[in-house]
Amino acid sequence: MATIDIRLKKVNKTYREGDVVAGIIIVESKGVLQHQGLTLSMDGNVNLQLSAKSVGMFEAFYNSLKPIPLINYSLEVVKPGKLPNGKTEIPFEVPLKPIVGKTLYETYHGVFVNVQYNVKVDMKRSLLSKDLQKQCEFIVEYKAQEEKAISKPVNFTITPETLSNVKEKQNVPKFKVKGRLDSSNIQINSPLTGELVVENCSRGIKSIEIQLVRVETCGCAEGYAKDATEIQNIQIADGDISRNLAIPIYMIFPRLFTCPTLSTNNFKVEFEINIVMVFQDDHLVTENFPIKLTRF
Amino acid sequence: MATYEWFQKSRDYEAEKSREILPAEPATNHPLKSILITEVKKVNAPVKSTTKSTSKNEISDPLGSFDPLGASDPLSMAFEGVDPLSKFQAEANVAASRPKSSSFDKEKRSSSLNDELDESFEPWATKKANILAKYTTSEKLSITTSFLSASDKEKVVIKTQTTTVSDKVKNRLEQLDDFEEGSVQQMLNLSQQDYVKRIDELNQALINAWEKDHRVTALKIAIQCSKLLSDISVIPFYPSKFVLITDILDTFGRLVFDRLKEKAQYIPAGSGVPVKLPDKFTPDQVPESAKETCRNWFFKIASIRELIPRFYVEAAIIKSYSFLRPNDYADALHRLALMCRGIGDPLVAAYARCYLARVGIMVAPSITNHLMPCLDDFLKTFSQIQGDSVQNILAMQKLEMPRYLTLFSPAVDWLLQCCAHRASDKLLTQILEKCKAQCNSALLVNSIMAAFNPQFIAARSSMFSEMIKDCEDTGLPKHMLYRTHGLCLVMADPPGDEKLNVLNDVWKAVTKLKNPADYIGCAEIWIDYVVKHFGKREINTIIADIIKHMTPDRAYEDFYPQLLSIVSKILVHQHDFSLLFALDKFMPLLDMFQRESVKVEACRTVAESFFKYQTETTNDPIVINAMMFICKTLHDSVNALTLEDEKRVICNAICGFIRCISFGRDFEQQLSFYVEARGYFSNLDTVLIQLTQSVNKLSMDTRQVVKGNHSRKTAAFVRACAAYCFITIPSLQSVYSQLQLYLLSGQVALLNQCFSQGDAFFKASISLIPDLPKQMEIDGKTRATEPLLIDYILNFISTILIIPDNPESGVMYMLRGLLNVLQDYTWDHTSDAKAIVYIKVLSLLSAASQESYIYHIDKVDSNDKMYGHDKKYLNELKGMADTLVNEILNHLKTLSSPETSKRQSSIALDLLSTIVSHGDISQKGLSTLSVNLWSLSQKHSAADNKQMIRLLDYIKRKAETEDNKIYKDLASKLRLES
Repeated sequence: MATIDIRLKKVNKTYREGDVVAGIIIVESKGVLQHQGLTLSMDGNVNLQLSAKSVGMFEAFYNSLKPIPLINYSLEVVKPGKLPNGKTEIPFEVPLKPIVGKTLYETYHGVFVNVQYNVKVDMKRSLLSKDLQKQCEFIVEYKAQEEKAISKPVNFTITPETLSNVKEKQNVPKFKVKGRLDSSNIQINSPLTGELVVENCSRGIKSIEIQLVRVETCGCAEGYAKDATEIQNIQIADGDISRNLAIPIYMIFPRLFTCPTLSTNNFKVEFEINIVMVFQDDHLVTENFPIKLTRF
Repeated sequence: MATYEWFQKSRDYEAEKSREILPAEPATNHPLKSILITEVKKVNAPVKSTTKSTSKNEISDPLGSFDPLGASDPLSMAFEGVDPLSKFQAEANVAASRPKSSSFDKEKRSSSLNDELDESFEPWATKKANILAKYTTSEKLSITTSFLSASDKEKVVIKTQTTTVSDKVKNRLEQLDDFEEGSVQQMLNLSQQDYVKRIDELNQALINAWEKDHRVTALKIAIQCSKLLSDISVIPFYPSKFVLITDILDTFGRLVFDRLKEKAQYIPAGSGVPVKLPDKFTPDQVPESAKETCRNWFFKIASIRELIPRFYVEAAIIKSYSFLRPNDYADALHRLALMCRGIGDPLVAAYARCYLARVGIMVAPSITNHLMPCLDDFLKTFSQIQGDSVQNILAMQKLEMPRYLTLFSPAVDWLLQCCAHRASDKLLTQILEKCKAQCNSALLVNSIMAAFNPQFIAARSSMFSEMIKDCEDTGLPKHMLYRTHGLCLVMADPPGDEKLNVLNDVWKAVTKLKNPADYIGCAEIWIDYVVKHFGKREINTIIADIIKHMTPDRAYEDFYPQLLSIVSKILVHQHDFSLLFALDKFMPLLDMFQRESVKVEACRTVAESFFKYQTETTNDPIVINAMMFICKTLHDSVNALTLEDEKRVICNAICGFIRCISFGRDFEQQLSFYVEARGYFSNLDTVLIQLTQSVNKLSMDTRQVVKGNHSRKTAAFVRACAAYCFITIPSLQSVYSQLQLYLLSGQVALLNQCFSQGDAFFKASISLIPDLPKQMEIDGKTRATEPLLIDYILNFISTILIIPDNPESGVMYMLRGLLNVLQDYTWDHTSDAKAIVYIKVLSLLSAASQESYIYHIDKVDSNDKMYGHDKKYLNELKGMADTLVNEILNHLKTLSSPETSKRQSSIALDLLSTIVSHGDISQKGLSTLSVNLWSLSQKHSAADNKQMIRLLDYIKRKAETEDNKIYKDLASKLRLES
């Protein structure tokens, strides 16, 4: 039995364009290991996918939904031959440079859009034994020169009147919620902050939540598909809270599932915040705020 | 062996004394003073001391008086040995100097709780137990979790025995699901015990999961536990639930921290070996990988959907922030404090704040900026309890408002305690104002009184009593408020002019309390205050009031513990017993203890305190009567089942009382007191011994007063004393004590020229010797009495020298009597007690044959005067000595076997030394005997070599100083072998 593993030097596996991705390939085997060559490859792709509900509509798009390669390297690390008994460590270094004409987007794991970077090793072996393969994801972040977040506070007031798309106005209790988001342009490392005051509310409140939503748009010249899905939902108030007390809004953006707001020719990744207020009778009202995430 | 004769050496004691006297020399040094000089450092000025300098001193002074364990903290050290008042002063200083020393604080942040908090801060652990005991329920509880489905899992295991592959796969998947998602299920109808058991199981599950490296499972358990805290379906149990669950969370926090710390091994510069982090590490020492793991924890927790679990779990692992950035605690604590605002239920929110304050003070006692917002928010949201949602819950659970409010008090107490800890007076006033302005609620007033520095409360006593009066009646029961207020005043004194006003105000209200439980709760506390600050009139009034309240329906029967504590509190402060017993209500108070055991307990408290505090003797008849009654109660409580220790305590107390009573020069009355006491306390040996001793002392005092010249009256009195002893001693149970006392009383009688009484004592003691048990219990161990008996007999023999013979009964009849008894006494076979005693009697006989004895009793003519060195008398003595010498030699003969050779040589040496010092070795017989004994002692080379050398030296020195040829000859004959 032989195993193969990749270990990156940086513990947080986070790299920027121009960095050198360094690490070691570890091969462990009992007995001498015969192989047909050891290849290391690095690739980065944008994978686009269509949601089930739009499949029928956009069958024509199949062509344009091919993965978009951003980086692709491959090299032979070890020529066919034998590896000795025990543990063999092979160091490697790969510069992080995009394919000409492409930019390295930040790593992002979404539903319909995925930006992913991998380092992969393949060990070809003779017919009788299986090839060995190991893949290791690493994370790409923007370099420093990206635009900076400019603070842009958002004040809001939610009352029954401000609600759109309400069919039966009489079901909505009387309430007034004032609040503030410290900025709608947010640096991805720092939390979303703000506060919210329930000035009055004629019905008991069950819960107030902040919902982080991604809006992913896949498209090309012929049209596009836009889908909004929830990333996470954070409760900021539980139970019938005291009126006129400022409740902090605070949310940390999850890693991998968020990235700086991204807009390209083929796809877009944007984020929104919903403030959701649930009343004791389980009715809920939502207010939506688009936000812009930046790296710096 | 031929019979030997004894020839005593005649000695001139005066000449010997003057010859052996050493020239006196003035001494400049105390001979017993220790050579070692220990420097005890004085600790004052706690403000100035810094961590570094103090700890350095600590190391350089190994003999220092400090506890090395407390060495790391200058504050706690500084408080040692300082009296409480100046401690508070120092505390204020420290608080003031905080900002200056903040650079040290950073280093110390991770230090443990105890390091930084002084003892005035009541630790959580003590509160915990109280809460668990106080907040209980008989309602059914429910628990929602996925980790306790033990019965379900068993079912799954059974199912896996099905054979088809697809089934197996399905089951496996189910099991996986079970493990991953956990079939969240609700357990209903749990009793409180079951609930506690389940929570314990959860705690165990958490630890197990952690040990098995299932960290996600552990986190899930923590989350589910904290979710339970949002459940307020059985409100009266909530505080206890909080305690149980936060315990789990604490465990979780500790596990995470320890794990991270273990992971965070770093490689210090210049060495290749990874080293564990020191206890006080800085974030730069933490390697990147550990930081990453730590960050992952916080990211994971930040994404917990629900507010309450997110809050609790983050608070639980807040200590791990120390791996990331140095100053994160303050920010995180502040953020969490604000986060509490989102918790709608006031009770849940209050406890969340309490937990935050708790972890805050645990990780960083110096950071306080999160506490004030917490308090402010609490005050602001306090009005919520009047709101509909809370009222609905109360109505549903059939809970009255006062009961509901008491649920808050642990949380509020703790929060206020944290706020008030080391806070300045100004800050406290500020908090007080805030509380007053927001809502003058009984709950808050109570918690403030409980949490703040008592000094602070005491200074504003009247204000507080006003506040208590003004509190709404629907809130917390008022008697609790009065109780807490009383506790504060006990700890600190109110300003002088307010003392009485406060008492009047409070007592007016307290006395109106109808429920005896409420009343006694207050009275128990306030009595302390009254006794401390007021005189006899007030104490009497209060006691009378207590009696009045306790008497109806025999209410006192239910409150014995409280009444006991009242008695002991009175005694703590009131040490003037004549005043105390003069109160016409104190004895009635004692009379309220009607159950026997409690009564004894109360009496013991009084007697012990009398024993402790009555330092001067008294003859106040009221005290004597009262104490007599109390001691009699104690005495009567002793029975066969009484423990030895308890008996000892009682005896000590009674003896202390007896010693304290003195009528000065009125000896007759003193004696009659002793007679009375003997009548009362006839069952306790120790007390009787004390009485006999006291009476003997009385005799001696009499003798001293008349300077040895007894008049007819005093002579009669001392005879009465002797008679008292003679009657008392036989009622003792311990024969040994009887013997001792007989001898002592005999000596005293002799001193007082009561010859016939003395003789009676000695005779009694001689005739008692055969009754001495072979074994006796001393200090809980069984010991043979023979060594004691030998000592006793030797003491007795020394006394015999001065006892004048009774002309009617022959020469040395006392000694003869003793020897006869000893002859018949069954000695232990393995000891040489008899021979040892005989050797000593030889010395006595020599001493008794001198022309003038070595010591005398003033005004008592001993045998030397009586017989005037009469030939006949001397012959009698010599005859006895001859017999004894032969007896001893016979005994030596029985010891000739090799096993006993050591004993043989030791006795031979003893006899030899006696011969050398008391015998006349110029007589041929004795000098031959000496040489024989010398060789006998060396026969088996079993002798103590050192003793032989000493003896030889002694003989040589005697030969030199007295220039005596006989000794020289003897010395030359004695050869030291080996």
